[in-house]
Amino acid sequence: MRDLFAVVMMLGIFGLLSASFFVAMDAVDVAFTEAAVGAGIATLLMLTAVTLTVRSEDSERHKPMWALVVVIITGGLLIYGTLDMPYFGSSQAPVHQHVAPRYINDSMQETGLPNIVTSVLASYRGFDTLGEVVVIFTAGMGVLALLRQGRRSGFDQIMADSIFYLMHERHLILRVVTKLLLPFILLFALYVQFHGDFGPGGGFQAGVIFAAAIILYAMVFGLQTARRVVNRTFVRLLAAVGVLLYGGVGVVSMLNGGNFLDYNFLAGDPVAGQHLGILLVELGVGFTVTSVMVIIFFNFSDRRNNP
Amino acid sequence: MILGLFNYWVVIVLMMIGLYIVIAHGNLIKKIVGLTIFQTAVFIFYISIAKVEGASAPILVEGISQYSNPLPHVLILTAIVVGIATIALGLALAVRINEAYGSIEEESIQNQDNQEC
Repeated sequence: MRDLFAVVMMLGIFGLLSASFFVAMDAVDVAFTEAAVGAGIATLLMLTAVTLTVRSEDSERHKPMWALVVVIITGGLLIYGTLDMPYFGSSQAPVHQHVAPRYINDSMQETGLPNIVTSVLASYRGFDTLGEVVVIFTAGMGVLALLRQGRRSGFDQIMADSIFYLMHERHLILRVVTKLLLPFILLFALYVQFHGDFGPGGGFQAGVIFAAAIILYAMVFGLQTARRVVNRTFVRLLAAVGVLLYGGVGVVSMLNGGNFLDYNFLAGDPVAGQHLGILLVELGVGFTVTSVMVIIFFNFSDRRNNP
Repeated sequence: MILGLFNYWVVIVLMMIGLYIVIAHGNLIKKIVGLTIFQTAVFIFYISIAKVEGASAPILVEGISQYSNPLPHVLILTAIVVGIATIALGLALAVRINEAYGSIEEESIQNQDNQEC
C-alpha cells in the first residue's frame, strides 16, 4: 500500500484486534490500555505525522529479496526455537513456577488488594514502574524539545483562529455528541483510576483515557478552545508533579524507616500503608501519563498549524 | 498435540512482517509502523505465555483457585504506554527530518547528505 493514510488506519484496526485478543487471554488490564493506546492515540499521532509530512510513499524498495531472505531465515530460527517451549496454556510451564504463585497466594494478605496486576505493578515492582514513568516523562520532554520551536505571529494566529472557527461551526452533530459524551468519558477515567485496586484499571489506563477525552475535545472544538481549557504550563507542571509524587512516596517511606518505595512504613499497619502507597503512586502515574499524552498531541498539532 | 505451539508461530509471523517492513521500506513513517507491529507481536507473545488453560483473569475472587500469571500482564501494561511515548518521539524526529530535508524517504535523505560532503 502506497497510501500512508490507509496504512495507519489498518494499524488502528490491528491495535483494536490485539486488544480483543488480550481480553480472550485474561489480560483485562492490558486490553484496556491497548484499546486506548493502539486503536486511539497511536492512530491519531500517526495521522498527524502523516499530514505533517508526505501522504504517499515512493514506489521503490531497497533490495526486497535480501530483506525477504533475512526475514525468512530469522523466522525459521525462531520457529525452531519454539519447538522446545511448553505448550500454550500449560499450567506446568516454567513461567508459572517461580514468583507468580507468591503473587497469587500472598498478595491479598500483604497488600489487601484483589487486583493482583495493580499490586504487582505498584508495590512489588514499584521500582520498575518508577523507571517506566520516568521514561514516559523523558519521551514527552523529547517531543517538546523537538517540536516546540517556531511560534506563529499574531496575524497568522487570527487567520488560524477564523479557519478553525469556520470548520468547527459546521459539524453540529459531532459537537453535540462530543459535549454529551465528554463528562462520561472523564467520569469513567476517574473511575478507572480509583477503582484500579479492585477491578481492572489503574494509573496507566486512566491516564490514557483522560488524555483521549482531552484530545477528542481539542479535535472537535479546535486547538485554541482546548488551549483555553487546558493550560500549557499547567500540563507541563503536572507531568513533573506526577513523577515527583511517585518518587516522593518512595522518599517518605525511606524517612519512615523502610526501604525506598516500601509502603509498609507509610501508615500504622502495613496493609493500610500499602493501600495509601499504591493509591498515591497510581495517582502520580495517572498525572504523568495524561499530561505527557496531551503534551505530545498538542505539540504535533501545533506544528500542523504553523509549518 | 502439534497445535500447542500455534500461538507462538502466529507471533513469529507477525514479528517477521514487522521486521520486513522495517528493512525493506525506505519511508520513515512506514518503518515506524513496522516497529509498532513488531512491538505488538512481542506483547502478544508475553500475554500468550501468561495464559493458563482454564484459569481466570488475575483479580482475586471467592471461589476461583486458578489465575493466569499476572507478572507478564504488568510488564506489558507498562510497555504499551512506554511504547506509545517512544513512538511519538520517533514520529517527532520524522517530522523534523521532513522539515530539514523535505522528504522522509531514506534514499533521498542519503543522497542529499552525500551531495553536501
